[in-house]
Amino acid sequence: MSQWIQMVGIYVRDQDEALAFYVDKLGFRVHTDVRNGDFRWLTIQAADQPTFQLGLFAPGSPMHDAATEQTLRAMVAKGAMPSLVLAVDNCRAAYDRMLTQGVEFTQEPMDRYGTVDAGFRDPSGNGWKMIEVRQ
Amino acid sequence: MQRRSTLNHTCSRRAEALHSGALTGPVQAVQISVIGEPEDSMGTETASQDPELLRRLLRAKDRMDAASQEAWPIRRLASVSHVCEAHFARSFKDAFGVPPHRYLLTRRIERAVTLLRDSDLPITEIAFQTGWQSLGTFGRVFRDITDEKPSTIRARARAAARELGSVPACILSAAHRPNLTISVLEKRRRPAGRIKEPQPTEVQNESVDPDGGYIRARSG
Repeated sequence: MSQWIQMVGIYVRDQDEALAFYVDKLGFRVHTDVRNGDFRWLTIQAADQPTFQLGLFAPGSPMHDAATEQTLRAMVAKGAMPSLVLAVDNCRAAYDRMLTQGVEFTQEPMDRYGTVDAGFRDPSGNGWKMIEVRQ
Repeated sequence: MQRRSTLNHTCSRRAEALHSGALTGPVQAVQISVIGEPEDSMGTETASQDPELLRRLLRAKDRMDAASQEAWPIRRLASVSHVCEAHFARSFKDAFGVPPHRYLLTRRIERAVTLLRDSDLPITEIAFQTGWQSLGTFGRVFRDITDEKPSTIRARARAAARELGSVPACILSAAHRPNLTISVLEKRRRPAGRIKEPQPTEVQNESVDPDGGYIRARSG
């Protein structure tokens, strides 16, 4: 028996904005972008990680009632969602490239724990750690 | 409360055009005129806050996280968030559950604990690096928040750190954040081991000075 995680979703405040951020600024590619009425199934993936997708979903109908949507939107905006980790081969180079793209960094690259890490947020407020992984 | 949300909402409207970027960026003054406008009433405090406002409050929290050793007076935080000063502390507390100054203290202590654990820096040096200007104040606030002396924490953290190799460091650091649910002043007043209802002792317009501001006033 074999199993692996194929897709994990995060909430974003606006899917077009998230798409522009993750694809244009971070360099991911769109895997699936389909609509059904109000609902839009949007996933992205890293070019060299074909078995995994990150879903970018908007709170709201038809999945959530108005109060739930409001709560989710507040949670995302407050940065209360779980941490995400981006592995890169060169943290400082990635930082420089992303900074010129206007990515909002919460922590500049720091040497610690035997590697280099930085922190940034997507426009919605989802927090990412960017950690250098030496291969 | 209703009225306050309306004011905040007005602030956000005014600030919507101003979007501050990353760690740096020019801070612009926002002219605020208070005009009531209709609002929908939501259940909880946070849910009634506009996500757009929360996103900007998060920016102020991020800035404190990134440089907790710096002084963060309300004026500075409010300008990061593009919120009027009069409403910043209240909005922040509604969003994150603690007043901004208290949040800053917990972050400073957390950093101090990290340095005690991960560095060989003398405790005096750690005090100065984490934002205090006197060792006495640092030691006192440290004990108030953690109920331990810095040297005790150093010894224990080093022993424990050896068992936590696989959790990302930043997550670990957050897990060690002191959980300060009452004001430092209130915590200090309580004799150890006695449970009593916390009295609100926060100052509405508290401003942060590097020595921990208003908590220097010791009783006794």
